[in-house]
Amino acid sequence: MTRTFDVVVVGGGPGGIAAAAVAAEAGLRVCLVDDNRSPGGQIWREFDRDGTKDNPHWREFARWTERLRRTRCEIWMGSQVVDQPAANVLRLERDGEVLDVGFGKLIVATGARERFLPFPGWTLPGVTGAGGLQALMKAGLEVRGKRVVVAGTGPLLLAIAAGLKGAGATIVAIYEQAPLRKLAGFGFSLASYPAKIAEGFGYARKLRGVPYRTGCWVKSAEGSTQLNRVNVTDGAKEWAHDCEWLACGFHLVPNLEVPLLLGCEVVDGYVAVDAFQQTSVPAVACVGELTGIGGLEKALVEGQIAGWIAAGREEKVRAFSTRMKKLQSFARRLDEAFALRDELRNLCTPETIVCRCEDVAYSAAKACGSWREAKLHTRCGMGPCQGRICGPETEFLFGWRDTGVRPPILPAKLGTVAGVLDPDQSDASVLEQVPT
Amino acid sequence: MATESFIIKVNRTEVRVTTDMSVAAAMMMAGEPCRISVRGEPRAPMCGMGICMECRATVDGRKHQRTCQVMCVPGMEVVTE
Repeated sequence: MTRTFDVVVVGGGPGGIAAAAVAAEAGLRVCLVDDNRSPGGQIWREFDRDGTKDNPHWREFARWTERLRRTRCEIWMGSQVVDQPAANVLRLERDGEVLDVGFGKLIVATGARERFLPFPGWTLPGVTGAGGLQALMKAGLEVRGKRVVVAGTGPLLLAIAAGLKGAGATIVAIYEQAPLRKLAGFGFSLASYPAKIAEGFGYARKLRGVPYRTGCWVKSAEGSTQLNRVNVTDGAKEWAHDCEWLACGFHLVPNLEVPLLLGCEVVDGYVAVDAFQQTSVPAVACVGELTGIGGLEKALVEGQIAGWIAAGREEKVRAFSTRMKKLQSFARRLDEAFALRDELRNLCTPETIVCRCEDVAYSAAKACGSWREAKLHTRCGMGPCQGRICGPETEFLFGWRDTGVRPPILPAKLGTVAGVLDPDQSDASVLEQVPT
Repeated sequence: MATESFIIKVNRTEVRVTTDMSVAAAMMMAGEPCRISVRGEPRAPMCGMGICMECRATVDGRKHQRTCQVMCVPGMEVVTE
């Protein structure tokens, strides 16, 4: 069964919500599709629950979700895009069922995920993403009394550390791999010492007493079946911390799977769009982190632009042009400030796992000349995450670029792939047999 | 919306959880790995947002569930896979 809408929006974070709200308010029939349980994406994760109202972003979340709920936009949660079976049709999977949805215009707002980089011990239980530990905490994980090292790179490290500390965790230290001079160049012109950076982000008070050091990174993690120690370096000295958790993430990479499935042109790691957010594929727009990691405000503005354009209201977009330029420049400077240092390419030992799904070691992956060769010879990137984790890793480590996506783009049930609706097949997962 | 506390089973261990807790969080609190990797390493949740697939476990007999995307319900039985 195929239902058709004027506009389908994929991704229910800020960009998708703004796009859907504006398009629906303009009178279009809109459907918002999202993989999660509730709208909000990552930055607004779980904001629909009690106890989140003290978050500075809550009011904006409430305003936009209220705006969307007042429209007749249909919201389909728990729905993953797995394929494009025909032009202007997306195939979704929801609770093991196949669902096709047709669109006149498509707005993709699938956001970003954390970038992970391998180092010895990073597969130990207790080593999580930085945003990963935050998401788990928001999903009920008790962090009270736990010792946590927060490390990696990006402006989110401070927010995450502040959130964990606020929930009762002991933040042992925060280690930012970017050197201070780059952060200072980014526009923290007052950043004569690290505390000023934290202050610049507004987390200084919450992080009082927590060491924040730039130009430092995790060299390895230790433990037998559970993390118990983290070794850190500044390139000259090495030291260690005992802890229960290491929350480690290296800024963000866009979730390009849906744009690549649709054939959108990607330049320098981001979807290429014009001033109206339109991609190289007719009727397909991309907004938010897909076009450059720039955060909440950029996503909201781009979402509104795409929504107005879908409604044929070009004149509404002009008002955003000055702000858009600033936001795009901010995104570029963010990438430069938190660029990964070369030393991070040399952390792995030959045995360090690069592809976690298939347990492919660094030495085996390195012996291959390309992403394709690694897939064929080592199964690197062939497991259920389909390269979502090791793709960005190997791009950084070896300069490989994973350009193609083959459906299904998330591990789908056999029935979904065949296009058959059969709830009895709910156990016939093809998780271990994703297509080459 | 008040949270309600109840028991679920993680590998035969009883764990007290709440309605707003994901199965991944419950497994971490129980100190149980979600899955054993191809080479036999224990693995636990990493990305927390349904992408890395490290938190796959068997939930009420259904294999390969991304436990960070599944919420706890009373009487649930979760098994490391």
